[in-house]
Amino acid sequence: MKFGIVVSEGPYTHQASDSAYNFVKAALAKGHEVARVFFYHDGVNVGTRLSVPPQDDRQIQEQWTALAKEHDLDLVICIAAAQRRGLLDQNEADRQGKDANNIAEGFRISGLGQLIEMGIQCDRTITFGD
Amino acid sequence: MSEVKKFLYVNRKAPYGTIYAQESLEVVLIGAAFDQDVSMAFLDDGVFQLTKGQDTKEAGLKNFSPTFRALGDYEVTKLYVEQESLDERGLTLDDLQDIQYEDEDDDYAEKPSIIVVSRAGMADVMADQDVVLSF
Amino acid sequence: MATLHTVNKSPFQNQTLLSCLQHTKSGDAVLLIEDGVYGATKGTALSDAVTGLSAGVKLYVLGSDLAARGIDVAKLGKDITSVDYAGFVDLVADHDRTQNWL
Repeated sequence: MKFGIVVSEGPYTHQASDSAYNFVKAALAKGHEVARVFFYHDGVNVGTRLSVPPQDDRQIQEQWTALAKEHDLDLVICIAAAQRRGLLDQNEADRQGKDANNIAEGFRISGLGQLIEMGIQCDRTITFGD
Repeated sequence: MSEVKKFLYVNRKAPYGTIYAQESLEVVLIGAAFDQDVSMAFLDDGVFQLTKGQDTKEAGLKNFSPTFRALGDYEVTKLYVEQESLDERGLTLDDLQDIQYEDEDDDYAEKPSIIVVSRAGMADVMADQDVVLSF
Repeated sequence: MATLHTVNKSPFQNQTLLSCLQHTKSGDAVLLIEDGVYGATKGTALSDAVTGLSAGVKLYVLGSDLAARGIDVAKLGKDITSVDYAGFVDLVADHDRTQNWL
């Protein structure tokens, strides 16, 4: 079965991104397809590569990046939500005249249409948020 | 899979205190381009999103409440509002914005977009969807 | 055409669990995750309300979130089943849609 996942809260403050990560791993282990993970609201903050959590805590962004690499996951960060919160790839940084980008490997920035498309194409859509 | 899916956007949070209501509307507006069967649900504190007279000037916030009146132009014409949620909060339909759409199948007659339903009716609406997105 | 509902808030913090239960249909399932698991214990001020609103609905709780919060499964209300993440995935697959009560 084809799953689409929405993550709508940022890392560490809320458990949402942890729950989503565990769910995606379990779904993949059962042979399901995870067509896309869409990060919205503060969820876009999961995709910054500049976070430096304490070593004895889980590394949320690195976990997602590794999982995406292993399973060729499509991790999409909403552009509108990302612009508000200062999450940029190089293309967006150039376009907006900003001096840096901070997107982590394995994530890409795209539009809200990707969320709707995910809902249309997936058998199930599940949201993890607050 | 049928060609057109039924999408329900569930709004249970008040506006302004958090961004969910505003970013929910942004999804609805973008989603309108996909020609799906779209409904919105307003229950619990979500009914506060639709009240008239919102004035955010002094609070220094963006007033997005006029956007609800533009939804008809995007062919988003089914705004289900729960009666019990209104009652619990001391609200009536008169406290909500007058949101209308032009019915192109009826000589562009102006019709109300807000559909007041009971709690049981809202449960029926929710159970009749393909995709439920909550904000 | 049944729905899986998820609730991630403690019922002692807000009305989300009660609102969810008031919108379920017979044959639906409700899975309590994250702080939602506090709604699964027996002998609380809300246990009766949760039980009373759950007629015809199957209640589940995510075991790892119970364990994280130090709640023994022996404290679960009657007819509440603990599942792991694989069970969570099965619940999503086995119901026609998922409604996440945020």
